[in-house]
Amino acid sequence: MQSLGISVLFKGMNMQRLLEGLLVTARIAFFSIIIGSLLGIALGVIWTSKSKWIRLICRIYLELFRIIPILVWLFIMYFGVTTALNIDLSGEVVSVIVFSLWGAAEMGDIVRGALESLPKHQVESGKAIGLGFWDLYRYVLIPQAVRRMLPGAINLATRMIKTTSLVVLIGVIDVIKVGQQIIENSRIEVPTASFWVYGSVFILYFIICYPLSKISRKLENKWNG
Amino acid sequence: MIKIKRFIQVLIITVLALGIFAGCNNASSNSSSTTSTNTSTNTSTSEAKGSIAEIKERGKIRIGVFSDKYPFGYVDENGENQGFDVYIARRFAKDLLGDESKVEFVLVDAASRVAFLESNKVDIIMANFTVTEERKQKVDFANPYMKVSLGIVSPESAPITSVEQLKGKKAIVAKGTTAETYLTKNYPDIEQLKFEQYTEIFEALKDGRGAAIVNDNTEVIAWAKQNPGFVVGVPSLGGQDTIAPAVKKGNKELLDWINNELAALGEEKFISKAYDETLAEIYGEEYKESIVIEGGNLE
Repeated sequence: MQSLGISVLFKGMNMQRLLEGLLVTARIAFFSIIIGSLLGIALGVIWTSKSKWIRLICRIYLELFRIIPILVWLFIMYFGVTTALNIDLSGEVVSVIVFSLWGAAEMGDIVRGALESLPKHQVESGKAIGLGFWDLYRYVLIPQAVRRMLPGAINLATRMIKTTSLVVLIGVIDVIKVGQQIIENSRIEVPTASFWVYGSVFILYFIICYPLSKISRKLENKWNG
Repeated sequence: MIKIKRFIQVLIITVLALGIFAGCNNASSNSSSTTSTNTSTNTSTSEAKGSIAEIKERGKIRIGVFSDKYPFGYVDENGENQGFDVYIARRFAKDLLGDESKVEFVLVDAASRVAFLESNKVDIIMANFTVTEERKQKVDFANPYMKVSLGIVSPESAPITSVEQLKGKKAIVAKGTTAETYLTKNYPDIEQLKFEQYTEIFEALKDGRGAAIVNDNTEVIAWAKQNPGFVVGVPSLGGQDTIAPAVKKGNKELLDWINNELAALGEEKFISKAYDETLAEIYGEEYKESIVIEGGNLE
């Protein structure tokens, strides 16, 4: 019976469909992480501002994404905002927008934490040798902050990859949805299909997430050593 | 120095905010240019979306179907949409647009079916959509093409042929299903053995932990067919629910078209044909009567 279960993976175009689903997952995650990180670094720098108001706005922005579930954001953007503005965005584009905004919020907090944890004399020394605002961040603060925020940022990236499984609810066919389609399609003929399909989905996620943690460990070792 | 820093911070915020707005504006100006071409048909813009004229101009009808509910709406191993709902949806496309390939299947989930209609992302939902009072507030249902009710499956050696026979015995149900609600409300004296998962209730019956399973009739019929030694003694029980295509609230034009179409298809017994093609294999010929509705009217 077991050989029957695994055969589901290779029936018809099933394997190719799973990989196509994985590509959708990877594409959404990749763009969101890139855009989210860039916006997040900008947000983090803004956040270290002394102005109470700017800090408050940043705080509210982060809390909006922390308190409101990502699923709700996807629904608001896909069904609400597009209808209100009368624009037609595909589910995938909406996913990238929502995940980027979420990534920016969380990343902003990580960057803020890293910048604020730097000893104050770094800023003062930088200013003392006459560095301007951009140079101070570019050469002194950001490089040091990046090292401190790396574990948090990688953690966020893997979390974003895994959370992309929510996009099925706005009609995007990702790797998990393809898996469910295959399981349901063979529910009666091959009742053990779920084990094999979810097993391979697990391996596919591992393939995307593992390199990330590997890279981060390498970088940490390199910078520490 | 601090002033410059603050100035730059404010500047960055403004640029980001503008960027977001500009992005939205771009996209909306694109779509408004497409809608303005649509308004050349003499319907007003608000009605244009999803109207028959607009569907014909688009050349494709968007129908929301399930992709993981075998055998009603699923995707086969080659990535093609298949199933009972899909079979009927293809015919709709053929009769409206002249070609059954002129349908774009939007794969929906149970939880988001109403939202897809409300936000104009599909023209029709045919994702095994059960007609309920609550849903009627939000969408318009056409006439039904299928009915569902509860069924009772029991071992052949000790068949249960009426719900009364269950008194003093244990009825196996899945939690949160219509079956559970129905028995609790109408037969409170029947003892229920409840499980979380569908697979568990079938295992429980095999182990003899209860006298029979009460569940959706489509589920129990399909299961009994696969498991010799078990028989569906009661194929339809309790309140009958119907399944119908749904359109966006107020889209009367499309709704009337579907109702006329269903009536016309009833003449040639098309829904029965859809049953033969997609469901007969799983449920068998003999249950056609308890599932199919022809011509959109339920006697």
